[in-house]
Amino acid sequence: MYIPVEGFMYPNEVELQWSVLIVLYPFITGLVAGAFILASLERVFRVEAVKPTYRLALLTALAFLLVAPLPLQLHLGHPERSFEMYLTPHRSSAMAMFGFVYLWYLMAVLLLEIWLDYRRDIVVKSQTSTGIMRFIYRVLTLGSNVISERSLRIDERLGYFITLIGIPSAFLLHGYVGFIFGSVKANPWWSSPLMPIVFIFSAMVSGIAAVMLLYMITTRLRGKEIDIRCLDKIAQYLMYTFVIDFSLEMLDLLQRIYEADESFRSLDFMVHTRLWTSQVIVQILLGTVTPIALLGLTQILKLTEKTRKRVYALAGCLTVMGIFAMRWNVVIGGQLFSKSFLGYTTYKMGFATREGLLTAIALMILPFGILWLLVKLLPPWPDASSISASGEFEQAEPVRSLV
Amino acid sequence: MFKDIEHLIRLATVMAIAVVAFLVLRAGVVPRSFGQYGHYRGAAMGEIAARPIAFAGHDLCETCHSDVADQKRQGKHVVVACEACHGALAKHADDPASLTPAKLDTTVLCARCHEANSAKPKWFPQVVTADHSGGIACDTCHQPHRPKIETKPETESKAEGKK
Ligand code: HEC
Ligand code: HEC
Ligand code: HEC
Ligand code: HEC
Repeated sequence: MYIPVEGFMYPNEVELQWSVLIVLYPFITGLVAGAFILASLERVFRVEAVKPTYRLALLTALAFLLVAPLPLQLHLGHPERSFEMYLTPHRSSAMAMFGFVYLWYLMAVLLLEIWLDYRRDIVVKSQTSTGIMRFIYRVLTLGSNVISERSLRIDERLGYFITLIGIPSAFLLHGYVGFIFGSVKANPWWSSPLMPIVFIFSAMVSGIAAVMLLYMITTRLRGKEIDIRCLDKIAQYLMYTFVIDFSLEMLDLLQRIYEADESFRSLDFMVHTRLWTSQVIVQILLGTVTPIALLGLTQILKLTEKTRKRVYALAGCLTVMGIFAMRWNVVIGGQLFSKSFLGYTTYKMGFATREGLLTAIALMILPFGILWLLVKLLPPWPDASSISASGEFEQAEPVRSLV
Repeated sequence: MFKDIEHLIRLATVMAIAVVAFLVLRAGVVPRSFGQYGHYRGAAMGEIAARPIAFAGHDLCETCHSDVADQKRQGKHVVVACEACHGALAKHADDPASLTPAKLDTTVLCARCHEANSAKPKWFPQVVTADHSGGIACDTCHQPHRPKIETKPETESKAEGKK
């Protein structure tokens, strides 16, 4: 494959080793952390307004978390060996330690929280459903049917406690992704102590936007009314976190421009040429400034509900796109320039290859498939759970319309 | 008393079983000698040392092929070891009759090092093979062991200037 190169590149820099899949990895983990933090808001800070999205956010986090390691696995020549980092972990390996952070977050936080929150529904369904579903719910109850008043209260308190642990864990999960990039000393585009923090805030932004969009779409598909109070609140949070995220990124930029160390001219040139579209146009103008301005408008102007919904939907889409562009610019951008600062290479994405565009698209669709299954299994809608609680369980009727 | 937390006890049991299963698995599959010297399988050292030697080293080749060595010494390929082109030949060096080195395809071999690429340092001699030779084997014109073509004085000065 011929790769156009400008100026001087070291031989091992010409071809990019970290492909679009490595762009997906921080993007997906970011959605996980962001969705979880939104869910925690309701729980820990008792924000009643966002309650309709609580369970949806948890399931979204789980669906994306299950997919998060796949891009990395596909990137490896010997994916089966990745399990060895659990068996013989090396303490100085950032990736090996990430394996444990991931496992902790999946097993000790997310699954537990979902289980405790849904336990009552699971027990009810293990008694009302039939056939294979009955068996699945039976297994999920772990063979215990206690849903006494007191047991549910204990679950509630334990769930609260897990959420408390979960918030720093979610920060750790995604901060760690930033840490992995931020600690690459040799790469001035990445190496920055601000990296984990910027990653966390951008994660919250993307997660909140994604859950907001998912909430709007699923409610639409179910033919229900969108709770506008909830939507307003989420949009507000989105704007606040986005403003913080944007200021952090701009601070980082200012610092780099003022400091202008030996890498600056090279990186500056890259931003003005190869990254101009993806960084300045897509990430900053379309993906950050525009959604912040749109969200700001909804705060200042008195818009009708319908317009607000449209503005939120547009802002949400732009946000998710902008954050994806940010991951792209970090991962791909960090490999486009030579560490000699004398040349630039080009990223050629494969199409139907192991790390190509098609794989990336499939990996982005997969979490929605998982989410669909999860929603079928554990309906997150407030109305659905009240139905099941009263005994007459409707066989996931609202869910089927999602197909 | 415990009735209301029965499910939690079950959960704890499941988790404990998972942890124990992991530890058992770990004890079973991690090689014995792991960690003996460092973060790797200690026995690997012996296994690697026991592998047959593949490369003889150019000093050994030159004891028999002094003619080639003399040729090579006159050109810039003096810096390229014999086995970089001919491949690993320890067996041949041991007993020449046991293994006759395979003929090399120079269109592939020479391009491996000399194909033009902007990642290579500018001073390194490189050609776009498609334009330079158009698929003709390189050794029709170049002597592999002393690759410089001496017949044209003007090219000499050009190559000289590139140093
Ligand atoms: C012990 C002496 C000896 C050593 C050491 C030796 N060779 Fe040879 N080599 C020979 C002899 C003898 C022949 C001719 C054998 C034949 O034609 O089958 C030969 C033939 C060759 C040929 C040409 C085969 C052909 O097609 O005509 C090549 C190439 C070659 N050797 C490369 C090497 C390299 C490279 C090394 C060093 C790794 C090496 N030899 C070390 C004795 C040696
Ligand atoms: C730049 C690559 C290169 C290097 C380095 C090189 N050879 Fe060769 N050699 C060739 C090619 C190409 C041929 C011709 C094709 C063939 O015979 O396989 C050849 C042919 C030979 C032959 C066959 C007879 C001849 O003289 O043409 C011998 C013997 C030989 N090489 C030995 C050596 C020895 C010994 C060394 C190290 C001192 C060496 N070569 C280094 C590329 C190389
Ligand atoms: C293993 C890598 C390698 C291979 C294979 C190789 N070369 Fe070279 N070649 C070199 C190096 C190293 C130099 C020396 C560059 C320098 O020091 O200027 C060189 C120099 C040359 C030069 C310039 C000589 C001069 O005096 O200016 C020519 C011509 C050349 N090689 C042709 C060939 C041909 C033809 C072949 C195939 C038979 C070949 N090379 C295979 C590494 C290689
Ligand atoms: C038709 C004869 C011919 C063939 C075939 C040929 N070359 Fe050359 N090559 C030359 C001549 C003549 C020169 C010197 C003139 C020049 O420097 O432009 C040369 C010069 C070179 C140089 C030195 C260029 C420099 O910048 O110093 C390299 C390297 C080289 N050839 C590699 C190859 C390789 C690799 C092949 C096989 C793919 C090959 N040649 C095939 C005739 C040939």
